[in-house]
Order: sequence, then structure tokens, then C-alpha cells
Amino acid sequence: MKPIAGRVFLLWLMFMLAGACVVWNTQFTADMSFFLPSSPTAEQQVLVSQMKDGSVSRLLMLSVEGGDASQRASVSRALRQQLTGRSDFISIQNGETGGLDGERDFILRHRYRLSSAVAPARFTEQGLADAVANTLEMLASPLGLIIKPYLARDPTGELLEVIGHLNPEVQPETRAGVWASRDGERAMLLVQTQAAGSDTDGQEAAIAGVNQAFGLAAQTLGLNSMTLRVSGPAQFAVTARKTIKAEVSRLFLISTLGIVLVLLWVYRSPRLLALGLLPVASGALAGIVTVSLVFGTVFGITVGFGSALIGEAVDYAIYFFVQSGRLGLPNWRKHFWPTIRLGVLTSAIGFGSLLFSGFPGLSQLGLYALSGVITAALVTRFVLPTLAGSQIDLPAPGRLTHHLLSALDQAHRLRALVLVLAVLTCGYLWTQRAVLWDANLSALSTVSQAEADEDTRMRSDLAAPDARYMVIVNGTSQEAALQAAERAGEHLDRLVAEGVIGGYDSPARFLPSLKRQGERIAALPGDEVLRARIRSALVDSPLSANKLEPFLADVQATRHEGPIKRADMEGTGLALAVDSMLMQGQGNWSVMLPLRSAPNATDGSMPANQIRAALAGSGALFVDMKTEFDALYNGYLDEAVTLAVAGFVAIVLLLAFALRSTRRVLRVVLTLVLTVAAVIALLHLAGERLHLLHLVGMLLIVAVGSNYALFFDRAAGGEALDATTLMSMAVATLTTTIGFGTLALSNVPVLNAIGMTVGPGALITLLLSAVLIYPTRKP
Amino acid sequence: MRRLCLVLLLLGVSVGAQAAYSIDQLMAELAQHKGGRARFVEKRYIALLDKPVVASGEMYFGPPDRLEKRTSLPKSETMVLDKDMLSIERDNRKLSVNLGSRPEALAFVDSIRSTLSGNRKSLEKYYTLQVYGDSNQWTLVLVPGEPSVAALLRRITVTGNGSQVRHIEYLLADGDRSELSIEPIDPR
Repeated sequence: MKPIAGRVFLLWLMFMLAGACVVWNTQFTADMSFFLPSSPTAEQQVLVSQMKDGSVSRLLMLSVEGGDASQRASVSRALRQQLTGRSDFISIQNGETGGLDGERDFILRHRYRLSSAVAPARFTEQGLADAVANTLEMLASPLGLIIKPYLARDPTGELLEVIGHLNPEVQPETRAGVWASRDGERAMLLVQTQAAGSDTDGQEAAIAGVNQAFGLAAQTLGLNSMTLRVSGPAQFAVTARKTIKAEVSRLFLISTLGIVLVLLWVYRSPRLLALGLLPVASGALAGIVTVSLVFGTVFGITVGFGSALIGEAVDYAIYFFVQSGRLGLPNWRKHFWPTIRLGVLTSAIGFGSLLFSGFPGLSQLGLYALSGVITAALVTRFVLPTLAGSQIDLPAPGRLTHHLLSALDQAHRLRALVLVLAVLTCGYLWTQRAVLWDANLSALSTVSQAEADEDTRMRSDLAAPDARYMVIVNGTSQEAALQAAERAGEHLDRLVAEGVIGGYDSPARFLPSLKRQGERIAALPGDEVLRARIRSALVDSPLSANKLEPFLADVQATRHEGPIKRADMEGTGLALAVDSMLMQGQGNWSVMLPLRSAPNATDGSMPANQIRAALAGSGALFVDMKTEFDALYNGYLDEAVTLAVAGFVAIVLLLAFALRSTRRVLRVVLTLVLTVAAVIALLHLAGERLHLLHLVGMLLIVAVGSNYALFFDRAAGGEALDATTLMSMAVATLTTTIGFGTLALSNVPVLNAIGMTVGPGALITLLLSAVLIYPTRKP
Repeated sequence: MRRLCLVLLLLGVSVGAQAAYSIDQLMAELAQHKGGRARFVEKRYIALLDKPVVASGEMYFGPPDRLEKRTSLPKSETMVLDKDMLSIERDNRKLSVNLGSRPEALAFVDSIRSTLSGNRKSLEKYYTLQVYGDSNQWTLVLVPGEPSVAALLRRITVTGNGSQVRHIEYLLADGDRSELSIEPIDPR
């Protein structure tokens, strides 16, 4: 090794070690914020916080199947018992009534602070007479059973007043005393995990805990035929992560094996094979390091896809080994490196255009691929020759390559046919342009249709909220936020009365603002006054005032008690309810009021404009999560299309600058455009709706394909294409097609999309380049 | 209370002598009832109250699952029991409770529905049944067997003639009592 070579190697090694140190200290995240905007609007902020730690993101729905109703019920009870009191679960509900004693006691104790009916008029002589009369009438109804035990303490019926607001219209079915599905064939449970939605590890542990507890419960009861199903956002996140991990490692193994076999066949040397991976490995490391240094954290998904994107770098080593082996290093540097460099620059521009995306996932991916590709090229150019030395002894191109070469000379005969096909393809795409894209974010989701249907069914079985619609209010303090929630509640009450919405939840139901609590307490008269009033109010009533000592005592006790605080509800389900709706941000409190749709809205939708109009000027924000999501995603898509087009224009300019020939530039550009058009047409014919990842794949086709086009263009420019160069291109195309083709086998939509686009795309670029760019006559 | 027991005892003795009318006969007769409307008056005797609470209105029974009770006095209120779902509407507010989660409450409200439809199986799930009298004047006594129901209810006494239920008395575990008199509007 020459001293200069040694220094280059040492420099590279130092960079790699420094990079490894950075990677060691890098924080990798696997949460959904990959999909969330870097500068969100107020509505999107809600979306982000809901997905990260909103109550709905912590929801797990369980269903127990098999056996008969009473067996399912006993498993349900045993499961609830097992999970209750464990620190990783906030609440476990299965419809057993015993679970609500804590809540009832809390409401009973604080009824005068909680009841919206408490006002000065209610404690006048007339008000008391009316309230008691109403309660006595209530005793005549079936509800009388519920209130009768509290009659002496609560003759004005505040308990029912509070409970009446809490009761959702729809409740799960019940069989054998526990919740069941609509058809009664499954027992249902609703679990809220301690781990937030973004904490996939915590969610995974919680789900494992549920499964284990179920196994134990079923075994203890000797009911082994039972099965448990779990659904909910957390379950999806955990499954998605597991699936992607498994798919990526499985496909990585298959494609690596394929590529290694091809390269071994070409190189006939394990040493060259190992050296050939150096540029890719260096590129991957550099990609992670750059992203880590720029963004602070690296999405796991970036590394997964980024590695596929810079798979192109495998080609660099192939070009180097195959071409320089025949021509010698100096010649390679002189004749081939400029072409490869141009290819690298086009890729860099393509990936670089993603940098400007407001979608952090895409800009990370762009940065990763950009720095990875450039590093890999630099390593190929400066480090690889040093390490490989001059002993690059590749077998000469075989018969196959020579056949290909002679076929290549005939390729131009297909030009007319290709152009006809191109016109047909473009015409077809024009007629289909309205239905090419999938505007739905779910296209990116790993959740299968069957799983989504199961989730929907369990959600309707449990009448669980899907939290699509909500109203958000903010305040500088908890008190201000609660007061704002109470004001918004008054607007919403009107909408409920008009039947526009079915109802809503508010933390102020259980934790009224101090101001509101104070007003209610101020409405309670002193002992002497109340005694006198109740006595005259009940003169003609069947309920005699002298039996109401407990009532008088409770009212006076409430007057001297401190206000309800959040801490007072600890241990009841109300604490959870309040926490999930009342959130503290940085110097800011926000309250989320989930809305329920009106019972007659069969599809569960709400008139957004009407609700917005009703809330206008109140400072409350109405959010429709689904619309927000779709708008967000479509924003990304539009932006990505714009960026891709801008990147493409930049590539054309670069080619124009490098090739300095309009005809040559047009040929290369035409080839790339037709390739993309052909791939889109093929995908569309195969029934695929295009989404964001297909677009990334097209960018990749341009990046990878430009290399092939440029090699043929070299020939058009007067430098003969020999068998060696053709072999290097054929091998590069083969490895690219194997690498991406295996991704097309994946069930994960994002992986599948990239594979389906780039795998065929690489092959089509090579073929089209041969037909359209390769000169008709040997120069 | 003692007087009631005495009456029952006497009834039991006198009916015991006849010993003809069986539960199955009664249930078969009740099952023939096609449902329909009836006026009701309900009196609740509650220890804490000096006078009984009286309510009246109309009832509708649609066999086998639907029971409506529309109270007009003292205050308009609608109660609908459809399968396990109990909905109560008053003051423009609707409250729905799924009684399946409260078996004891279901046993309580279901007693009347199962009696009206002559559903012996459903009744025997929670109660021990005894029948006195004959087709023209029968008395059905339901005594809860399950502790969770017994904690609420001591006994239900239903009287009637033919397929028509005329009077239901609930005796609660705490000694409170409720009497429901039924007068069919268009007897079939």
C-alpha cells in the first residue's frame, strides 16, 4: 500500500469510527410522528397529541370467543380481576357493575359541586318544593330503585342529575352480566393502557400482559377452548412494527442472498464481493450520521427505506470492478468516472428535492439517501481503488454478454414500436388521470382490511369512541381551560338540544372550574335558612322535612369543604376520563371535548359547518380528525409531487450542462419520462392506486435509471460501448431488480410500493435506454 | 304486613284444597294474551314518606319483549323496556340503561314482562313460582331465589283472571311496597 493510499484508508477509517460513535449515541424512534408535519397547524397539533398520548391511542378492545355465554363471562371476570391493580393498566372494564362503585361514591359526595342544576333558585322554598316533588315522582319510576337509598341525603335528586349527563345513548350488549358483542357470541372488554400510544414498547408489553393474563384465567377455569382477540390503535402499532421488522429482515436476507450470488458469479472472488459492499455500508452509516446530526432523532423507518434507496451504491462498486479490471484504474477514472459522477449527481438532486418536504419522514429520507449516495460514490472513487489494489482480476465477459451486445446493435429497430407504445401509454394515463392516486392515508397503513373490519366491529360492539370529532379549547391555566370548556359546553348543549349532535364529554362534568364550583357552593343556603325553607317547602309533601337531617348535614358539610381537585378522583375511572381530556402543554392547558354523533346519523358523520358556525367567536376549535388526516396526507402528496417535478427539472438542467447537446439531453429525458409513464401504467393496470411511496419509487427510477441512460449516451457521444461496460450495466440492473423486486413480495404497503415501482422500473429504463439512446450505428 | 301474610295463608289453604290450577295452565293462558293497551295506577309505599306516591297512565305490551309504560300523572314520563334495554324519557331527557349489566334489576323489571307473556322459563331463572286459585281468579307468587335479587326484593304477588293480569304487588327487601293495578282498555 502506498503511503498516500494508507492515509486515505486511515482517513476513511477515522470517519467511519466517528460515524459509529454518532450512531451509538443516536436516538431511534419508531412512533407515528414519522407521518406528522414538522410545523403543524392548531388542528394538526391536536392530531399529533392525540396519536401520541390521547386516551383513544391507549385503548385496547378485547373479545373472548368460544364456549357458552356463562363460560365467556367467567373468563371475562377472571381476566378483569387479573389485570385490575396492575400498574400498566389504567382501567379494565367488562360491564360488571361493581366496577363503578368508586365513581358513584365520588359523585354522591361531591354532588352539590358537580350538579349543573345547583343554582340559587333551586334552594328557594319554591325550588326545593319542585326539586323534591320531582324526586318523589322519580321514585315512582323504575329509576326510583337507584335513588331510593339516597332519598334522605339527596332529596333534590342531584345524583341523578349528574349521572343523567354521563350516560351515553348507546351501551354494549350484555350477556351473563358482562359486556358482549351485538350478536352475543363474544364477551367484550375495554382496556386502557398506562403506556401512551407513541410508546410502542410499553404497548407491546401491555398486550403481552393481557394475553398472558387471559391464558392464566382460561387455564385456571379449565376453559382451554377460548380464544382472545385484541384490537385497537396500540395493537396495530405493535403488529405493524413487528411485521415491518420481520418483513424487512426476511426480504433483506433474500435479496442479499440473490445479489451475493450474482456478484460471486461475476467476480469469482469473495474478497471483491466484500469490498464491493464497502461503499453501501459507508453510505448507510453516513446517512444515519447526517440525519442524526441534523434532526436529532432518526426514524427507524428512515433507516429501513433509506438502505433500499442507496442500494444503488452497490452498482458503483460493480462499475468500478468490472470496468477498471479491464481498462486499468487511470483509464477508468478518465473515461468512466465522469459518467458515474453525473449519475451520482442526478441521484443526489432527486433525493435532495425531498429535503424541502414539510413531511419529516420524507425530508429525513431525502437527507439520508443524499448523504448516503454521495458518500458511497466518494468511497468508490477514492477508497475502493486503494483497498482493491491492482489485483482486480475478473473473468472476461462471457458469451452471454456478447449476445447482448449484438442484440443491442439491433435495439434501435424497435424505436417505432416503442414510440407507438409510448403514445398509447400516455394516452391511457391521460384518460385515467383522475383515478391514478389514492387520496387516503390508509393506503400507507399496514392494517389489513380484515383487521380494520374486525376493529370497526369491536368498536361498535363496545360503543367505544373513535374520537373522530372533537372540540378543543385552550387556556393559560387549568382553571382558565376548564372555564373555557364550560363556555364551549353551553354552545354544545344548544346543539344537543337541537339534535345536531348526540352529546359530548367534558372534563368539567367531573372537575368543574373553581369559579363554577364556587358559584354552586354560593347557591347553598346556611343551615338555619335551609331548615326553614325545607320545612315550609315540604308542608304538603309526603316527605316530611324532619326526616331530612342527613340532607341538611350534607349541604352544610359541602359548604365548608374545599373544592374538588384532580387528586380527589384518584383511583376512580373519572381520573382517567379527566386526564384524557385535560392536557397540560408548555405554558398552556388544553381541553378536548369528544363529540358523539346524533343517533339518527347512521354513518356517524356530523355537519361540520353547522358546528363551526355555532362555536364561532367562542375560541373553541372544532376538529374532524379524519378530514384533518386526509388533508394532511394530500398536502404531503401535492408537495411531494411538486418537489419531484422540481427535482426532475433540476436533473434536466444538470444533464443539459454536462452533456451540452439538446438532442442527447432530450433522448435521456425522454427515456426517463417514458419509463416512469410505463411503470405508472403497469401499476394502474395491476389495480394499484398510487400513493406517496410510489412517488418516492419513481424518484428512485430516475436516480438509478439515469446511470444506465448515461452509459448508453456515452456511446452516442462517440465512446464505444464495449462488452465489459455492458456486462457491468447488466449486472447492476440485475442486482437492482433483485433488490427491489423482493420488496414487491412484501405485504407491507410501503415496502411493496417501492418494490413494485423500482423493480420493473430499473429493467424498463435499461431496455428503453438501449432502444432510444444507444446509437444506430457504431461510431 | 301481617294481615297480608294472613290473607296469603288463607288463600293458600283454600286454594290448596282445590289444588287444580297449575303453573303450566296459567302460563299457557297468559301466553295466549296478544298484548295491547291498559290503564294503570301505581301506588308506592315508602317508609320515608308519609303518603304513598301515586302514578297513573297507560301501559302497552307487545309480546314477547316490548313493554311500554306511559305515565301521565303526576308527571309525563315514558318508560320502554325492549329486550334488555330500558329507556326512560322525561323532561325531554332520555336515559338508556342496558339491564343486562344489572341482572338483579333486570329480574325486577322483567318479572312483569315475563308474567305478561307467560314465560315460565324466564321467571324460574330468578324466582320460585307458586300459583293459587283458578282460571277466573288466580294468584301467582314469585319469590326470588338468587341472593342478588333477594337483596332487593322479597316477593312479587300477581293476581288476575284468565289471561289478564289485574294487579301486581312488589314487596321490597326494605319493607317498602308498590302496588300496580291494571285495567285493560280494549280487552281481547
